[in-house]
Amino acid sequence: MDLISNLSLGFGVAFTPINLMYAFIGCLLGTLIGVLPGIGPLATIAMLLPATYALPPVSALIMLAGIYYGAQYGGSTTAILVNLPGESSSVVTVIDGYQMARQGRAGPALAAAGLGSFFAGCVGTLVLAAFAVPLTEVAFKFGPAEYFSLMVLGLVGAVVLASGSLLKAVGMILLGLLVGLVGTDVNSGVARFSFDIPELTDGIGFIVIAMGVFGYGEIISNLGKHESEREVFTANVTGLMPSKEDFKRMVPAVLRGTALGAALGILPGGGAVMSAFAAYTIEKKTKLHPGEVPFGKGNIRGVAAPEAANNAGSQTSFIPLLTLGIPPNAVMALMVGAMTIHNIQPGPQVMTSNPELFWGLIASMWIGNAMLVILNLPLIGIWIKLLTVPYRWLFPAIVLFCAIGVYSTNNNTWDIWMVAIFGVIGYLFIKLGAEPAPLLLGFILGPMMEENLRRALLLSRGDWSVFVTRGLSASLLAVAALLLVVVLLPSIKKKREEAFVED
Amino acid sequence: MNIKSQKDFFSGLMFMAVGIAFAWGATTYKVGDGARMGPGYFPLMLGVLLAILGAVITFKAMVVETEGGDRIGAWAWKPLFFIIAANLVFGVLLGGLPSIKLPAMGLIVGIYALTFIAANAGEEFKFKEVLILATVLAIISYLAFIVLLKLQFPVWPAFITG
Repeated sequence: MDLISNLSLGFGVAFTPINLMYAFIGCLLGTLIGVLPGIGPLATIAMLLPATYALPPVSALIMLAGIYYGAQYGGSTTAILVNLPGESSSVVTVIDGYQMARQGRAGPALAAAGLGSFFAGCVGTLVLAAFAVPLTEVAFKFGPAEYFSLMVLGLVGAVVLASGSLLKAVGMILLGLLVGLVGTDVNSGVARFSFDIPELTDGIGFIVIAMGVFGYGEIISNLGKHESEREVFTANVTGLMPSKEDFKRMVPAVLRGTALGAALGILPGGGAVMSAFAAYTIEKKTKLHPGEVPFGKGNIRGVAAPEAANNAGSQTSFIPLLTLGIPPNAVMALMVGAMTIHNIQPGPQVMTSNPELFWGLIASMWIGNAMLVILNLPLIGIWIKLLTVPYRWLFPAIVLFCAIGVYSTNNNTWDIWMVAIFGVIGYLFIKLGAEPAPLLLGFILGPMMEENLRRALLLSRGDWSVFVTRGLSASLLAVAALLLVVVLLPSIKKKREEAFVED
Repeated sequence: MNIKSQKDFFSGLMFMAVGIAFAWGATTYKVGDGARMGPGYFPLMLGVLLAILGAVITFKAMVVETEGGDRIGAWAWKPLFFIIAANLVFGVLLGGLPSIKLPAMGLIVGIYALTFIAANAGEEFKFKEVLILATVLAIISYLAFIVLLKLQFPVWPAFITG
């Protein structure tokens, strides 16, 4: 059995005391920052990235994965207790979770989220391990035309998932692609859009954009609101354990959520957000048992299913990243940047050239999930304490850690000026209702798309039909077109708008 | 002509402006053709696309009715100014500014300045509280980034360390 020998190789790497420690530190830091209201996984990862610089690549990636999961778990805690989704994937958790908290059932809601996520994480890890090998083989058949089409599909997926206007999401992607092109063109050596500034010839750092737009932009917008708009339920978290009745309802919901999340996460553009929305919609469609609380009023299934789905989805969204080297969503785009800093070029070659790293990372994802259950449920009291810290103490700290974080990427104050510019731009995006996540995805994919387009057209001597005459490429583009048609269908368009209105 | 959606109208204008700027910039590089793409080819394509898209969004914002006009709302000038200023001052103090002969003041001074400026962005400002917060942050940062992670920072003012 390949799967078992691969996994045992992975666990061999991940179970060394030093890597276990980094996984633990990653989970702890991730939860710590993720719990803070208004900071999603994107800003969390960007902020904590410098903490991994000094580590060897395997440990650094393990710690990053821990940070990512920790940030997500922390986000759901905030969603349930503060009615403020730290990130888009816990938007639906807020609906029923916050209602449960108001009824004094925050404990069972947190436990449902934690246990559901853990189960989903275990399944997601297995799916990831099982799919990685066959998909990597497919990846070696990919030519530049296929890569280009796949990226188009991923970007279309990101558009479909963005909340709000489709057109604006397309605009943000194009904007991201363009910003990604700033710097030296690899083929001709021409420094593009650099205004003769030497720092700009290296391009704009992705951390600068992530922190400026997602960190500073969010803080400024949060400070623009009044403090009274936030209400924290901290005093009445008693009794963590869900009742027998709760368990009976939770288990099928978690199973459905996990299956859905694992499937949707693999799709480019998919991942946590879409999974959570889809899972919640399905739960709402199933019949209520006699005596069950309706959805939107504190139904435990409304917490368990989307949380399971978003965790399964975030796990399986590593599949396109690790096998094809293509990030399916903004968080994974950040992971690409993080891997590049540690001199790992994500793609099919990672598994063959660096099996310890590949399987160690997968194994450590499972370990990370287990640690998070241990960290979160018994220690929930500590995280709740954190939520009571007033925002006026938190935001200067966040500003500081962002500033230190960007400076330490290059030890250059240039990045600090850039992050200020992107902070202003990020706030502008928020005010204009233009969602920034597709921008980051476009930013990472920009240079890759150009390179693959260039190669594909070079091979075909300038003939654009190469994208539809090659079978694999044609089918990827067909899926992208289908996705677009589906969202634009009037009935679905209406549903989609309804789903996003609930935030 | 009325603006039906303020947010969309101005996003459209932004996309148009950026698209045109990039497309125009791209024409100053060699564009080439499909088989021999020059450095200007892809940005020109994207820039034109973005400008067209921006025009469509702007047009839609003037035609399609929305609830309440989708207004942008008040700008949070105070937080915007203080957060960005805190960040900039931190950068200046950390690295120094050779053009005005300001020596590097180092991390610790930078942290105090950043905290005091950023704290003005909030609704209330209590001097004592901010002082304590800045001290705590300075200690944590020193331990975490300098002692534990061994990141390369100028910690103290340049005229003290020499």
